[in-house]
Formats: sequence, C-alpha cells, structure tokens
Amino acid sequence: MSAITAPGNVVVYRKRRNTELLMDIVALSIGLGAWALTHLNTSGTIPPEWPWLVGMWGGLGLVLHILVRWRLPFADPLILPTVLLLNGLGLAMIHRIDLIPDPAKHDATTQLIWTGLGAALFLVVIIGLRDHRSLQRFPYLLFLAGIALLLLPLVPGLGVEQFGSRIWIRVGPFSFQPAEVAKIVLAIAFAAYLVERRDVLALAGRHVLGIGFPRLRDLGPIMIMWAASLAVLVFQNDLGTSLLFFGLFVMMLYVATQRAGWPILGTALFAIGAVAAYYYTAHVKVRVGAWLYPFDNFDRNLQVISAQFGYAWGGLTGRGWGLGRPGLTPLAKSDFIAAALGEEIGVLGLMAIIMLYGLLVARGLRMALACRDPFGKLLAAGLSFVFALQVFAIIGGVTRLLPLTGLTTPFMSQGGSSMISNWVIAGILLVISHQARRPIRPMDEDHDSAAGVISLADDDTRLI
Amino acid sequence: MSEFLVAVLKLVFLGTMWVFILFAANVIKTDMFGRTVATNSPELNSLNEPPQKHRGRRRKSPKGLANALTVITGRSTGATASLEDTIVIGRASDADIVIDDDYSSTRHARVIRSGSGTWMVHDLNSTNGTYVNGVRITTPTKVSLGDIIRIGRTQLKLES
Repeated sequence: MSAITAPGNVVVYRKRRNTELLMDIVALSIGLGAWALTHLNTSGTIPPEWPWLVGMWGGLGLVLHILVRWRLPFADPLILPTVLLLNGLGLAMIHRIDLIPDPAKHDATTQLIWTGLGAALFLVVIIGLRDHRSLQRFPYLLFLAGIALLLLPLVPGLGVEQFGSRIWIRVGPFSFQPAEVAKIVLAIAFAAYLVERRDVLALAGRHVLGIGFPRLRDLGPIMIMWAASLAVLVFQNDLGTSLLFFGLFVMMLYVATQRAGWPILGTALFAIGAVAAYYYTAHVKVRVGAWLYPFDNFDRNLQVISAQFGYAWGGLTGRGWGLGRPGLTPLAKSDFIAAALGEEIGVLGLMAIIMLYGLLVARGLRMALACRDPFGKLLAAGLSFVFALQVFAIIGGVTRLLPLTGLTTPFMSQGGSSMISNWVIAGILLVISHQARRPIRPMDEDHDSAAGVISLADDDTRLI
Repeated sequence: MSEFLVAVLKLVFLGTMWVFILFAANVIKTDMFGRTVATNSPELNSLNEPPQKHRGRRRKSPKGLANALTVITGRSTGATASLEDTIVIGRASDADIVIDDDYSSTRHARVIRSGSGTWMVHDLNSTNGTYVNGVRITTPTKVSLGDIIRIGRTQLKLES
C-alpha cells in the first residue's frame, strides 16, 4: 500500500496519542484492580503499601507513554496499552499465586524487576532505533547468530535441563533462555534475507496442480531451518520452540513470495518431523497421550488434568481474584498461567485475554500492510506471527486443543528472558508503525525542482 | 466481604476488561483509513517533522557542479548518493541507490563520471528503459546539474 494516492495528496493517519494515554490509564488500572481484588477477596483489606505500587506501576506506564509521545508520535495507539494490560494481569496472577504458600513468596517482585528491565530495553529500542531499515544490513550474520543462540543450550556445561527440556543456559547465578532472543534475531534475519531473495524464491520453479513449487536448489534455507528445528526437538526436547521457529520461517516465506507451495512443503516437512519424533522420542509420546487421554494416567498427567478442573471450577465468570485454587496446578505461574487465569476470571476473562492477543497480532499485521518498505512489512508480519503462534500453541495446549508445548505466554508467564524479548518486539513493532503511519513529505516547496518534475508517462512502462 | 459484593466486583472487573476491548475496537474502526490531505496544505507541514535545513550551497548557482543524485519521486523518495566514480541504480540491495519500485530492474542504470562535472547515464539493458529529462536514452547520455533521470516510476535529480 503506498501512502501517495494521487499527485498532490497524501494519506495522513491521526496520531491518537491522547487515546493511547486514556487506554494506558485503563490498562494500568485493570492490573492494579486485579491486585487490589486479590487482597480484598483473601484478607478483606488492601495492604498499606498500595500507594507505592500505584506509583510504581503508574509511573512505569507514564514514562513509557511520554517517551513514545516524544519519539514516535505516529506510532500505533493500541500496542502499548494492550501490552501494559497483559503484563499487569500476569503480574497480578503471579502475585496471587505467591500468596498461597504460608510464608508468601516474592516471585511477583522479581517479575516486576524483569518487567522494568524489559520496559527499559523497550525504551532503548524506541530511542535508539529511529528507522527499522537499519536492521536490514546483516542478514547472514544475524541468521548464524540466531541459529547459534537456538542451539546454545546443547553446549555441555553451559546448557541446563529443567522440566525435561534443555532450553536454558546458566552462567553463574543467572539462567536464561537464549531461544527467546533468537526469536527476534531470526525474524530480522529472515526478513532481510527474504527481501533480497524473494524474486527467485517466488518465481523460479514449476507448477504442479496449479500450485507453484520451488526449485530444488532454492530449498537450502528451508532445509537448514528444518534441521535446526529438528535438532531443537530431538536434543532439547522442546516441541514448542521447534514449532515456533519453523512456523515463523515458513510463514515469512509465504508472506514474501505469496506462493502456496512453501507452506505446503513446510507443513509436510513438519509432519514428517513430528511423526518421526512421536515414534522415536518418549517425550512427544507423553505429550500426545496427555492431550488425547489425560485421565489414563492420573499421576503423569496431573498438570493437564488439574488445569482442566481449574477451568471447570472457574466456569463462565470465574471464582474471583484470590478465590480459586490455581496453586494446585504445577507451574501455574509460568506455563499454566492461562489455566490459573481461567479459574479465577473465568471463560469471560480468558476470552478477553485471547482477544487482547488478537488485537496485538491484528495491529502488527495492519502495520505490515501500511508499511512502505518490504523489509518493514515482512518484519512486522513475522513478529506478530511469533505472538500469534506462541499464544495459539500455549493457550491451545493448556486448554487441550493441542498437545502441550512448553512455550511462554507472552507478557504474562513468569520468566525474565521471555519478558525482555517480548518488550523488545513490542518496541520494534512500534518503530515500524511510526514509520508506516508517518506522513511522508513528497518533494515539496523546499525543493527547487518541484515544478520541473516531469509527469510520468506510464503507457509503455511494464511491471517487472 | 459479602458474597454479593465479591460477585459485583468480579463482574465490574470483567466488564472493564471488555470495555477496554470494545474501546480498542472503536479505535481500530476510526483508524482504518487515514485522511487524505493535499501535499501543499499547511496542515501536513505542521504534522510533519521540521524540514531539513537547506545546505546553503544548494541553490547558490544553477551552473555549479553536480555532487549528489537524489530520488525525488516514488517510494524511495529521499534516498541519495554522492556522485562517486560509478553509481549503480536499481532494486538490487547492493546498488548504490536502492529504489523500491516494481517498474525498475534489479540493476537498472549506471551513472559514470566522464571528466570534471559531467556524468554519463548508461542504461543496463533494463526492461522499461531509462529516461533523461523525459527522453528515453539508447546510448550513454551526458547529464549535468538539474537533470532528471527517470527509472520506472522513480525520478532522480542531480543536485549540487
């Protein structure tokens, strides 16, 4: 979509910064409201430190809003409020689960610090990155860096195995999920690579049954990604990460080339990998069993079963903040936070959360449409697809629509790496949206040649 | 707290979340299409970032030497390259001026120095041809300050 409609006219989007401020305030209040309701419902009083919390959370939102207003006045008005709302709900739920054991835990405080760090990096992105096109420069370097990060947990001595998956690395006291950073790095690398190569990938090849399939020698990149995803699946035992990265690549190929052959090929490759993994690894078999026949093995599938009971106990409107028993589900703060929320705010609340993710993804894709340069289009589409696939896989897994894959729920799950990288993605999306919605100044009065520009004779010009 | 109050607060909370979503939907609705504004309207200037300062020498003399080649219309408007010995213009990412134009070839045209202050434009067998001041060129053509080169739907101007 070009912003120039006719000679002499330009499409201008409204800035909507005041709308954003209003929505920020509502979003921040919903998060604080969840915290207050938790305490009201469990102990009948609001703890005396509430002004601190209001100040801290409100201050964070305000700082972010002001800096967006200053640096990216044309940025999308919905992304920041949506992210703040999701993040607030996640923090409130982690705090609520903290209160269950007798000496209450303080995981929510740690998570708040991670949120602050994520927000700081978000600010670094929106202040430092004026134009997303500068990310386009090193596709191959970024690709190698991304693959290296993805496979880093396999390095002996560095990677650690937790909960059956080897996706963490540990340096000193800090543990970290490099795949979360790889997500951003690889999305940038794919976008830059595909912008450069899309013509070959889109046009060369032969047609079978009306669907274009690529040439054998153009299959290199998709095979490398497939092999890397399979390595993650087999050696790191991580279904979710593997699905996320391969899905991201295939989807971006499809967006770049508009060629149905790529997703068909990708799905077929993924199906081969998944079937092989089902027969040759114990891990996948357990997950599929827990999905289809959870009640066959109560002890092994306790987590999934407990989540289902939670949803049932929550019903339409939920038990209310602090009144359910989400603590019964193992990992309720991270992987199963959607189950905890479903129990306490019910199907109505969970649907609202899914709608919020839908909004985020829709705004990202809207930006991809509005963006003027192909790199920005692809990057925005890729990053929003990361959110979409991640939310679909984890909430689908927790609600037993799909086999459970250990992905994080963006902005909600406990965990620093995920929080930070998702805030960075939100920052990049905002930068792209600012560039896309900003009115471009066509060559105008400050250009001495405006009158001298010859009109374009398009009759003999062919689209190539 | 009474059960009634708990239920009311619960519903108020859920209601607020959905109001947020409906409000967002309304923002999306009103944001669907931008407004069309004439390029010469003062409103656009106030919306836009302040125009770049003129380099003083730009307008000094129309007979000066060309120093830069700038894209003045098309999607890549603003892209510029200072005139070195050779400049390649096209869609290729390694071109000196990368233009995002579906009507341009990958390596469309080349601008080469030929003596002091004069430059020659060569068409690199492009599909749609290269135009200098509105005339399609068939041989290397001399260009100087102020000349306009058109490639696809993109126009470039030699500037001082």
